[in-house]
Amino acid sequence: MALILNEEQQMLKEAASGFLQDKAPVAQLRELRDRADERGYKENVWKEMVDMGWAGIAIPEQYGGVGYGYMGLGIVLEEVGKHLSASPLNASILAAASVIMKAANEAQKAELLPSLASGELNISLALEENGQHKTSNFETTATPSAGGYVLNGEKRFVGDAASADKLIVAANTDKGTQLFLVDATRKGVATESVTMIDSRNSARITFKDVELSAADRLGNDQDTSSSLSEAIDIINVGISAELLGISLRVFEMTVDYLKERKQFDVVIGTFQGLQHRAAHLFCEIELGKSMVIKALQAIDAGEPGISLLASATKAKMCEVAQLATNEGIQMHGGIGMTDEYDIGFYIKRARALEHSFGDRNYHLDRFASLSAY
Amino acid sequence: MTELASFQAETRQWLEENCPESMRQPFNSESEWCWGGRKFEFISEDQRIWMQRMGEKGWTVPTWPREYGGGGLSKDEAKILAKEMRALGCRKPLESFGISMLGPALMKFGNEEQKREHLPKIARGEIRWCQGYSEPNAGSDLASLATKAEDQGDHYLVNGSKIWTSYADQADWIFCLVRTDSSAKHDGISFLLFDMESKGVSTSPIRLISGSSPFCETYFENVKVPKENLMGELNKGWTIAKYLLTHEREMISSIGESFATVSPSKSALKTIGTDSEGRLANSALRRDCAQMEIDGMAFFLSLERGKDEAKAGQGMGAVSSMFKYYGTELNKRRMELQLAIDGADSMVWQDDPKVPALWLRSKANSIEGGTSEVQLNIISKRVLGLPDK
Repeated sequence: MALILNEEQQMLKEAASGFLQDKAPVAQLRELRDRADERGYKENVWKEMVDMGWAGIAIPEQYGGVGYGYMGLGIVLEEVGKHLSASPLNASILAAASVIMKAANEAQKAELLPSLASGELNISLALEENGQHKTSNFETTATPSAGGYVLNGEKRFVGDAASADKLIVAANTDKGTQLFLVDATRKGVATESVTMIDSRNSARITFKDVELSAADRLGNDQDTSSSLSEAIDIINVGISAELLGISLRVFEMTVDYLKERKQFDVVIGTFQGLQHRAAHLFCEIELGKSMVIKALQAIDAGEPGISLLASATKAKMCEVAQLATNEGIQMHGGIGMTDEYDIGFYIKRARALEHSFGDRNYHLDRFASLSAY
Repeated sequence: MTELASFQAETRQWLEENCPESMRQPFNSESEWCWGGRKFEFISEDQRIWMQRMGEKGWTVPTWPREYGGGGLSKDEAKILAKEMRALGCRKPLESFGISMLGPALMKFGNEEQKREHLPKIARGEIRWCQGYSEPNAGSDLASLATKAEDQGDHYLVNGSKIWTSYADQADWIFCLVRTDSSAKHDGISFLLFDMESKGVSTSPIRLISGSSPFCETYFENVKVPKENLMGELNKGWTIAKYLLTHEREMISSIGESFATVSPSKSALKTIGTDSEGRLANSALRRDCAQMEIDGMAFFLSLERGKDEAKAGQGMGAVSSMFKYYGTELNKRRMELQLAIDGADSMVWQDDPKVPALWLRSKANSIEGGTSEVQLNIISKRVLGLPDK
């Protein structure tokens, strides 16, 4: 398949760009941060996104989605990265819906996916337990009981928990790793909001003797670590698309600045020392872009070996986004360090994304393991 | 059966009947490449026959028009030919600067007579060309070249010298940048074609750190070149030179493409072995292998995307500079990594195509055809629009 956007995808990209520029620019994230907004995004903006079909963009039509595939979601996420637009698109759609697609049984998909696509329901994924990403061997346990299971443990870095109606909790059971759908208001669930560097909503959630029924378990009664892992591959590709958007926007801001900032009576963009660094950065971003497009297409085509490509893409985009944001700040000089200037929001969001679902080192290591070395 | 399907069937049959068995093996080294030309010594009768048959059919240059010795194939047909050749393991019948560099420029800037004279001979591998660009005092600043061509009425008198002329000692003809006006820099350069057997032309190979001598110094002493051998307009040679350099960059990045999907980890597993968990025993090297393979994958996909965008008419512009820069730097990294994998064994001297010589040769990748720094200049100015002053 040609590594370019088709006409429909190009139109989606332009529409997303226009909408986000207008309705959810970086100034809005600044405003949400300044007043320590509890939810972390504007509900009316999210509602408009839902009305445009974004919540159901990657959800198949049979489950009430739009069926544009992950290429469609990736295009939107890239634009989200350019504008740092806050919404539950990452937590509820990229993460939770993907996990449901991969790990839930047919009845659960038919019940949950249409509600996610229509925006009636928000779900967040409660996966991590400490700063190091993992996909199995959780400390959180779901112990079989007379009524079903009893859930105990603590989850961290749960995105958009403040607005989540339900949580998908990864826990260790007698069968291995299994996933449970838990009402956020269920007895024994305690949510503590945590302020993250990127000003996006996040929480630490404890589960104390939470009673669950067998029907709350996603999928059939077996180890679901491989389905979870497949979903996380998709999530990492989506994150890579957002990182691409961030890199592209920071690069644009930086090149513009090189053309306007004067020192020694000339614009600093005339200096070869800066030109070559900018040109190198351009190449790295272009390479990352090729990976993101390929990985999104491969997901939609159901190609085998997605894991290798997903880890390669995430590792590359972490590297590219680090270079873009670090060089961006350095080339801006002092103004790049000020809170008043937007670039700081970009470097913070970039790092927060890099450190979710495995950073560069995690994925380099995983790439090598998957390649049998 | 659709037209393409019957073309595919005919092509397969023709290749099976005409490609000699020994030409269906992968090349063991560059020394087995076929360059053609008057002085070429074929390594076997099969090599000669294969070049000749493909040349007669025009399939050395499948998409060139038939009247210029090409195959006259559409892009889709050419794709099928390439696919069928791959399926059968057919060797590339002819390696040629005439095909990869001069041909496209001739097609665009040459007059009808020049096209009819030179293109068919390139296609059939009869004439081997070399490129007279760099001079001892004109490297990255190519447009400062000083080799002079003086108007003598019915001919030009050429004096000066070129350097880094690839395979000049084995070439039959040269396409050469000469100064026809010393009062202007870029606008005083013309593009000449002439026979290397002309009186006053001499070459001397330059031995490189890798031990091989692919490049020559080439001298011109009162060489008479007929006026009709001027390609394009007088003093407009720089435009042709730039066009041709784009093709050269593409050719050099395609070398990067062939290595992009090679996995260094495979040879590392052999020399280093694994730990108790099956991981490559040297964790620093393991990381370098992973990074290299990911970058190789990203580069390969970018070349693919570049082609797809060009086909869809959304070319990125100056992409050839990006690929030239990134591909050659990647290749240098790859060779350094190979030394790390082979360890002190890589320090035992071995000629091309063994690692020590290839490692040293790779250092030229980011110098020839425009240095990495020149490519970054081009990207800065033409893609990013950063100002000169």
